[in-house]
Amino acid sequence: MIEVEQLSKRFVVRRGRLRRERVVVDAVKDISFQVERGELLGYLGPNGAGKSTTIKMLTGILVPTAGHISVAGLTPSRQRIELAKRIGAMFGQRIQLWWDLPLIDSFELLRHIYRVQAERYRTNLARFRDVLDLGPFLQTPVRQLSLGQRIRGELTAAMLHSPELLFLDEPTIGLDVVAKQRVRDFLIDLNRDDGVTVLLTTHDLGDIERLCERLLVIDHGSLIWDGPIAELRERYGDERTLIVDLEEPAPPLAIAGARVERVDGPRQWLRFRGSAAELTARVAASARLVDLQIAEPDIEEIVRSIYSSSRGPAGAASP
Amino acid sequence: MGEAVVLWRRLVGAQIRSQFQYRFSFGLTIVAQFAISFLDYLAIVVIFHNVPRLAEWSVQEVSFLYALSCITFGITDLLIGHFDLVPQLVRNGNFDILLVRPRGTLFQIVASDFQLRRLGKAAQGAIVLVYALASLHVRWTPWRVVVLAASIPSGILIFSAVWVLFGCIVFWTTDSGEFTNAFTYGGNFLTEYPIDILSAWLRRFLAYLVPLAFVCYFPALYIFGKPDPLGLPRFLEFMSPVVAVAACAVAGLGWRGAVRHYRSAGG
Repeated sequence: MIEVEQLSKRFVVRRGRLRRERVVVDAVKDISFQVERGELLGYLGPNGAGKSTTIKMLTGILVPTAGHISVAGLTPSRQRIELAKRIGAMFGQRIQLWWDLPLIDSFELLRHIYRVQAERYRTNLARFRDVLDLGPFLQTPVRQLSLGQRIRGELTAAMLHSPELLFLDEPTIGLDVVAKQRVRDFLIDLNRDDGVTVLLTTHDLGDIERLCERLLVIDHGSLIWDGPIAELRERYGDERTLIVDLEEPAPPLAIAGARVERVDGPRQWLRFRGSAAELTARVAASARLVDLQIAEPDIEEIVRSIYSSSRGPAGAASP
Repeated sequence: MGEAVVLWRRLVGAQIRSQFQYRFSFGLTIVAQFAISFLDYLAIVVIFHNVPRLAEWSVQEVSFLYALSCITFGITDLLIGHFDLVPQLVRNGNFDILLVRPRGTLFQIVASDFQLRRLGKAAQGAIVLVYALASLHVRWTPWRVVVLAASIPSGILIFSAVWVLFGCIVFWTTDSGEFTNAFTYGGNFLTEYPIDILSAWLRRFLAYLVPLAFVCYFPALYIFGKPDPLGLPRFLEFMSPVVAVAACAVAGLGWRGAVRHYRSAGG
């Protein structure tokens, strides 16, 4: 479905107001990956890592500086309009609905922009209305919708023309827990029942954990991980954190088999491997404990540890 | 092409319907536009109160220029005035949305709005045109009618081309569009007066570079049967439609270049 080979994007940015200085930024550096039809794939990375730039090249918005892309058999930069008919895109912080019009009018207009057959439009709309519960606000102008309602509207807008491939940039940003869950369920259904390929960029690790089997991680423009989430967790996720509350603030504890990661007043974070019971006993022997808890590693932490271990040769962590 | 017109009507129709939701404010802005535009005309009346003629031009003739300029500019503003929002679109990244839809970007922007309230200016121009024609005693020939009839669509195309072309500049400067406004709204102001009252470099600029002289000045010379005070070649008086098509072609190329720049530099 997607083939990316040695893709690079370089921007020339001019900085400063009066004395303009040319700065070359390599937003994406020599990345390669493939996505099969029907995959639901997470694309993760810190701000400015190159996620959006990659998505923009895959959707044909940006022209690559070097490398080769094929999406659904097309070259995005040269066949933008052809490609647009077959993909859906939703950018969490952009608005594609018509601000002053009722939601249903936006759908109606998109139907004509995409030349969707009347029959298919009716079926799709009926379905999304049910699944995303759009009924109560279909006639409401978009500017009056809550964020959660608007995102549901945006998702529908991206899917009305039955695309085979869906690009989602931060689809759950700013949503509350219930709304997030609804969006995630919708994506899972879409992927499982319709075989829609989904590429998702997000900051929200909950999205990734619940939705994706495979994860791409990008940092400083280079791909530092491409593989199953389970494997990632196995490889980098064996360190846990013991969070202890002491009676009073103290300097970082010196305990064998653990290192203090953070101190905040009487609370300290200790990273360790192996048995929590032994460590707890050692801590209790050297300081007066009030409370403690153990945090399992989450993806964010795992990602951080890939970052720190991949500061050497870029892409070395790729399996 | 036909399908594009149908789609344009749909998109624009939806905008108009939403504008009618606020009927009172809509009516008020039309009246305000009409009144503000009338103040411009008042300026001309005041000038002629003090001087009988401006260069070789009488008050009726200048009124005619003014009216033609108002009508063409007013309609252009109605059709593509929202090009003023392109800088915003480029800066906040919503231009990306247009690029992931299966339609041309220029078309999508043109079809994205239609501010019916801008009709006020064109309506006021039409009233002044009726007054000017009634008091001018033009000796009508078939060719003069043709030149007048062709001058309005040509003028709209020329203004549109200038608007689009200078709008392209924001793709490089990411400026707020003040520069463009100088040429669009400023150009509208210049066409309201005969260009021979302007200094020579500005005249050449208007006649040859930014072809605003073809909106009103040259058609008016022909319709009045007036010798060109500047002694420019007579065939220019017929050239408005040709200039209009050429200007649109240049604007189209400029737009393509601007979008290409956006897609390689990322706005």
